[in-house]
Amino acid sequence: MTDAVFGPAPGADEPELVQLLTPEGERVHPAAFDTDFTADQLRGFHRDMVLVRRVDNEATALQRHGELGLWPQLLGQEAAQIGAGRAMRPQDFAFPTYREHGVAWTRGIDPVRLLGLFRGTDQGGWDPQDHNFGLYSIVVGAHSLHATGYAMGVQRDGLVGTGDPERDTAVVACFGDGATSQGDVNESFVFAASYNAPVVFFCQNNQWAISEPLERQTRIPLYRRAQGFGFPGVRVDGNDVLATYAVVQAALQRARDGQGPTFVEAYTYRMGAHTTTDDPTRYRRGGDVEAWKAKDPIARLETHLRNEGLVDDAYLAAIAAEADALGERMRRECKELPEPVAHDIFDLVHVEQTPELAAQQAAYDAHAASFEEVL
Amino acid sequence: MVTMTVAKALNAGLRKALEDDEKVLVMGEDVGTLGGVFRITDGLQKDFGDDRIIDTPLAESGIVGTAVGLALRGYRPVVEIQFDGFVYPAYDQIVCQVARFHFRSQGRVKVPMVIRIPYGGGIGAVEHHSESPEAQFVHTPGLKVVTCSNPADAYGMLQQAIAADDPVIFLEPKRLYHSTKGEVDESAPLPPLWHSRVVRPGSDVTLVGYGPTMSTCLDVAAVAEEEGRSIEVIDLRTLSPLDLAPVIESVRRTGRLVVVHEAHQTLGLGAEVAARVTEECFHSLEAPVLRVGGYDTPYPAARIEEAWLPDLDRVLDAVDRTFGY
Repeated sequence: MTDAVFGPAPGADEPELVQLLTPEGERVHPAAFDTDFTADQLRGFHRDMVLVRRVDNEATALQRHGELGLWPQLLGQEAAQIGAGRAMRPQDFAFPTYREHGVAWTRGIDPVRLLGLFRGTDQGGWDPQDHNFGLYSIVVGAHSLHATGYAMGVQRDGLVGTGDPERDTAVVACFGDGATSQGDVNESFVFAASYNAPVVFFCQNNQWAISEPLERQTRIPLYRRAQGFGFPGVRVDGNDVLATYAVVQAALQRARDGQGPTFVEAYTYRMGAHTTTDDPTRYRRGGDVEAWKAKDPIARLETHLRNEGLVDDAYLAAIAAEADALGERMRRECKELPEPVAHDIFDLVHVEQTPELAAQQAAYDAHAASFEEVL
Repeated sequence: MVTMTVAKALNAGLRKALEDDEKVLVMGEDVGTLGGVFRITDGLQKDFGDDRIIDTPLAESGIVGTAVGLALRGYRPVVEIQFDGFVYPAYDQIVCQVARFHFRSQGRVKVPMVIRIPYGGGIGAVEHHSESPEAQFVHTPGLKVVTCSNPADAYGMLQQAIAADDPVIFLEPKRLYHSTKGEVDESAPLPPLWHSRVVRPGSDVTLVGYGPTMSTCLDVAAVAEEEGRSIEVIDLRTLSPLDLAPVIESVRRTGRLVVVHEAHQTLGLGAEVAARVTEECFHSLEAPVLRVGGYDTPYPAARIEEAWLPDLDRVLDAVDRTFGY
């Protein structure tokens, strides 16, 4: 669209995706971001995605059986999350949304620990410092600022641009297409650009913010927004684990080297519902799901691995068996998650408890004890 | 012992905190080169560098949200919100994030940070520059809220708030910044932070205030004394947690209580103080607990703010009314 006075609007033409593996499983070699992978890496990506898909399916089933109150499915986004997560080094830190089960997997978090938030036994079942992986952010986009501030701390710790791969540190803010409309996400872009903070904004554009399609959030491809904030943006095929790994790895290295923030738009599709309470049949458009099924992240890598002779039926059967065992363990351990104790909540509000909360705790204890006496 | 204004005392307290702990950072709009619009951070960037005294983009949610990230990385950010009325863009970060990290993480994560907010009216300012939002933060579990009313407390309480491991909303009565001088002993041990204080003993009526209303409360006590009434004046200092033990002890002797604040009267701190004191002192009370607060209108145009703010006459009137029951 061109205005007579103001000239052309920014183009909404479809940009090219960075892709290393086509939906048909063919390995391609783009000019930028081409990366060599070892056979172990390729098999590792495949195993990660198969197991994470199983985690997701299992949790969805647990919700259906009444064991979880809610579950936000990641189905279809396995490549984006595994690619980004595996590109991180141990010292890097990720700030996730509530759908980042695949990134959590790469940070060494037992999938059972993810369930507590959705079962109602806790509000975050892992120690962020033990895994360099924050608690799930439920307020969409709020954590993008935390990531940026954390990255400002990394700068102040002198852990950017030292040239030591064991020390140089980057931060990842994970969010979705809906979050790009949030003020906090845009403010995090402003702060990150202003201070050249070592942060990668990793946006999984899964095309939907619950029922609202991408065009309700943006008129231009999301990655192009970065240019307006003064740092690079790139769109990668989010169903291509190799491309996502390569692009995020390069963005992380820029950050660690002191070259500042990058916006990575992983172009993907939410194959499931927003959460288990959602009904996508009310808003999905005909043909979308079928078209994206043909771009499935696991199937394309499996085709590639088979074509290259890197896996055989026995290997794939072993991975499937591992997934079965993981699912069985999740079912068992979900039900064994310890029930929270109301007495404890009064201890958690502050580092230093106030006399007021101590008094409320004592009153609660006495109230609870009065029922025990009756019984 | 040095005589200084509240503004200078806050500056000295910040300086001491920055010297004592290299993890302490100061961040906000105009806090660097300019030294803050009220000059509270005057000279700090020159002495501590722009890595520690950080001029931020003009975005309050961004300031508080990045401060959370810095705290998660082990820093102790001291955030300056330029004016009370500008804290609301950061309200979500304060209420949903700052206040809840420790709770959400089952106590694994702490976010030690101080959010300094110049608050209150009486300076002839334009809209959004004279608000008293304290009750909104007191109502939020996970936050601690304190306010100073004199230079010695400004100096000491700010250092203690920065040293605390919990997030603290630190309310600074902007009207007193440059108008109120007092002695500050920088070598003396700091008095306890989480305590209210009897600032003038008395026997007939208990008068409770905090922050910008303390000078009015003391004026009321002086005038009442001439009229033969002895008023005990208490400075709350800490609004969350509330330390009402001295108030309760006082009301058991006086039987009468008046609570004063600039914030809107409905559901202000006065309501909470009245409820708790009534529960503890029911048989000692000779009159209902009375409140003198800002009216339940938005803060008015500057030319009529004196009519809106609790002043000597309105508080004296409330004191008189406690004898009418």
